[in-house]
This record gives sequence, structure tokens and C-alpha cells, in this order.
Amino acid sequence: MDLNELTGRAGEWMKGAGPQSDIVISSRIRLARNIAEFPFIRRCTATDRAAIDKAVRDRLAEVPQLTDLAYMRVDELSDVDRHFLAERQLISRELVEAEGARSVAIDANERLSLMINEEDHLRIQVMKSGFDLVAAWDQINEVDDLLESKLTYAFHDKLGYLTACPTNVGTGMRVSVMLHLPALVITQQIEKVFRSLQKINLAVRGLYGEGSQAMGDFYQISNQITLGRSEIELRNQVHDVVPMIIDYERRARDFLLKQNQQDLHDKISRAYGILRTAQTISSEETMHLLSSVRMGVNLGLIDDLLIADINKLFVDTQPAHLQKLRGGPLDTAGRNSERALYLRRYLSQKEKDGADQN
Amino acid sequence: MKCQQCEKPATFHITELTGEQPQEIHLCEGCAQKYLMQTPGTGMPGKASLAGMLAQQLKVADTAKELEKLDEKCCPICGISFFEFRNQGRLGCPHDYVFFASELEPLIVNIHGDLLHKGKHPLTHKRSTESQTKLIQLRREMNEAIRLEQYERASELRDTIRNLEEGEEQSEDDHTV
Ligand SMILES: [Zn+2]
Ligand SMILES: [Zn+2]
Repeated sequence: MDLNELTGRAGEWMKGAGPQSDIVISSRIRLARNIAEFPFIRRCTATDRAAIDKAVRDRLAEVPQLTDLAYMRVDELSDVDRHFLAERQLISRELVEAEGARSVAIDANERLSLMINEEDHLRIQVMKSGFDLVAAWDQINEVDDLLESKLTYAFHDKLGYLTACPTNVGTGMRVSVMLHLPALVITQQIEKVFRSLQKINLAVRGLYGEGSQAMGDFYQISNQITLGRSEIELRNQVHDVVPMIIDYERRARDFLLKQNQQDLHDKISRAYGILRTAQTISSEETMHLLSSVRMGVNLGLIDDLLIADINKLFVDTQPAHLQKLRGGPLDTAGRNSERALYLRRYLSQKEKDGADQN
Repeated sequence: MKCQQCEKPATFHITELTGEQPQEIHLCEGCAQKYLMQTPGTGMPGKASLAGMLAQQLKVADTAKELEKLDEKCCPICGISFFEFRNQGRLGCPHDYVFFASELEPLIVNIHGDLLHKGKHPLTHKRSTESQTKLIQLRREMNEAIRLEQYERASELRDTIRNLEEGEEQSEDDHTV
């Protein structure tokens, strides 16, 4: 796979398609697996890591359904390319920063990715645009069975799939749904949602930014426990709660519209204005403003843009994407002006397209 | 109202119910995120909180001397010490779940509220648990022999590993025929 080809193309989760995609960005499931005959990563020698990498790669070649995957050695990629894959959520930050032989295999649609030598030997991930956990589970379960027919996983009769960290033992499964919840943030209801999710063992975290700070009003909801419940039960736990959060968010949006449409429209229009005219802009400010504009598009207050455009801008304005699009390294100041330039060009083109149609 | 942890306005008003008295906490969005990540029951336990959870458990169960002794306990297969696990929050090999079972079980119950897997099982069990861990151990011994420049022993071990691996591939083939 040529990474430059991915640049400028919208990956699966950026499409803004799929059920409830105005609020649900993506549905993702990942499984943690280890190969029984090797120690966990922490006790692996460089030779072990290379052998694990080779074993998985060789087995992948034996599974007809998986031979189309593009395999890449992450340790041989440039720093920008590694971050580029992480910004598209095809690899984890952990895989970016790990050491030694490690790789990823990705399908052309960017729905399936297999990370090798992350925290566990194997991390299988399936991602779908919108709210579609059922399809995500069906696909990942099938891929897991295919791999399992070729590899012996570390498995314990009572504890299930054995993982490097006891927090993942059992199913090794993490189900997550990424939501855009700007109205719950504005109306300060988000904390209530957090607390109610906490009570039923679900974890909430912000998507972007350094550390744990949520930017762009994106929140990821996922199961916290992995042992003692079946995969379907774990999937349903997240699956059943998401419609309620979607409903809260919609009600909060209605409330904002009813209570003070002028203020809301003003806030959104100003955000759009800054994005169209800024000469230099940070990643954080871009996220913040795009979040308002995204809600504006959903509420019909902005009609030049589609949700897919906004999702694309969220990704393309991140540091590694900007540098790939520009074709060279940029420092922070350089990125801030490149980001502003990119936004101005993209948005004025859309405005022009919109005007031409009218 | 200002955030209790920085100068920004507090937009999150969290009522902490885990203590004896409900406690009001006022934070900005950034600090609230951080706070909620740290609170037990939110977020995935990171290395630090896992170590904390363990430490707390051990404090109740063991005296300092017993803990010191426990820390020195090493898995015979991968060689990880309990101290290393406690510090890093990551285990060294599948056998650790058996070898450190009595220490891990309370931790696992604490995290998951359960000790019994109810999900899918591998469709085929190609290798017994014993022969799996045997391979890990032999590879480790081989690496050690290479490190100590005991090349004769290393090549013996390599042959044993090969035989074990090939023997199993053989028997896998037998199954499929
Ligand atoms: Zn603060
Ligand atoms: Zn071990």
C-alpha cells in the first residue's frame, strides 16, 4: 500500500455514512490475542519479536480471505507516516511509540487492521462508519476464526484469552463507539451522561488531544470489563446504551434551538467565519470550531457542507496529514499557517460549488 | 466559579458519591476529563492505577517483609519477577496467570467482577498448554545459552525446539487428513 495514495482519500470512519452518522462517527471493535508459544511482548527479545512478526505475516498469506491486506513494517516507516496511520486510527498511539519489530496489515477500505507486536502480539480491529456494531462484530469474529485456524492463541480454560495486561483478559474485546456530543457539552449535561455510564461499567474518554483532554466534543464510549460476559453481551451493553445518548444529544440540540436559535446560529456562523478566513490556526482551535460547524450542518444552519466534508477536515488538519498533504516537514508555526491555508482553500471551494448549484 | 485545579471557569460540577459524604467538585472541561479518567470506575486502568490497585490489595494482605519476598518470586517460564509486573502492570507470559494465580485472582475480580470466561473458545486446540509454555522456556534458555556463548548447548536447544514445533505440525496434518 502506498501511503501517499491514502492521503487525500477518506477512510471508512470519515465517510460520514452509516446509521446515525450525524452523531455517531464510528463503531469499532478490537480483539487482543497472543500466540501461545511466545512470551508476552514485555519479555520478548528482539529475535522473538521478529519471529512473531514473521509468524503472523506467513499465516496471513495462507488465508485466502486475508491475502489482500497491505502489510507494513511500522518500525521502518518515517515518524510522519507512523503518525499519519494513527491519525486515521489504523494503528494505536502505543504502536507508534513502541520499539522493535512491529507491523500493521490494513484492508483497502480501511475497515480492518491487524496490529502486530503492540501491547499484545496481535490486535485485530474492525471499524465501521456510523453506528454499526453488529456488522463490526460479525466481521471481526470471522477474521478471528480465520487467524485462529492458523495460529495457536494463548488460552486458559477458565480465564479465556490471555493478555499481557489483566484488564483485557477473557474476551480480549474492546467495543467502542465514537460520538459527537456538542449540545450535551454546551448544556453541561455531559457529566450526567458520564456518571450514568460509569455506573454500568462503561468507560468514556475524549478522542483527540494530548493526554486525556477531549477536543472537538468527541467522546468514545467503551466496555470496561472483558471477562465474565460473552462477546455478544459486551457488544450489546454498548449497543443498547448508545441510542439513549443519541436521544439526549438530540434533545439538547432541540433545546438549544428553541431556547435561543439566534445565539446558537451566531456561535456557529462565527466559527465557520474564522475557519474560512484565519491566517494561522492551531489544531486545538480548529477542532473546537469544526465541532460547532459540524453541529451547524446537522441542524441545517450551514448548507454549503456535508458531514463527510467536516469529518475529512478533522483528519486532514492534523499534524501528520498536513505534512503529507504539503509533502514536507513543517514546524508548529508552519503547520498553523498551512492548516489555515488548507481550510481557506477547501471551504471557499465548497462555498463556490454551493453558489454554482444555486 | 473557577476550576478547582486551574484558572479556567468551572463548567463541570461533579458530585462524587464514592466516599462517605457526597463531595462536590468543580472543574473546567480539561481538568474534568483528567479527573474522570483517574476515578476508579471510569476509563481503563492505566499502568499507574493498576499498580495502585495491586499495592492497595497487597497492603491489606501482606506485611512489608512478605511483600519483599513476593516481589522476588519469578516465573520459571519467562523469568518475570512479581516486582516487575507490579511496577509495569504487564505480565511476561501466559504461564504467569497460573504461576501468580493467587496474587492475580483478587486483582482480576477487582477489575472484572468475575473469574470465569463466558465468551468464545478457540475452535481447535492444537497444542497443549504444557507444550506451549515449554516452547517459551526452551527459547529463553537458548537465548541465555547464546548470551553466555555456550553454543553447543544453544544448538541442542534449537534442535529440541524444532523437533517440538515440527512434531506438532506433523500431528496437526494428521488431524486434517
Ligand atoms: Zn481546570
Ligand atoms: Zn512467565
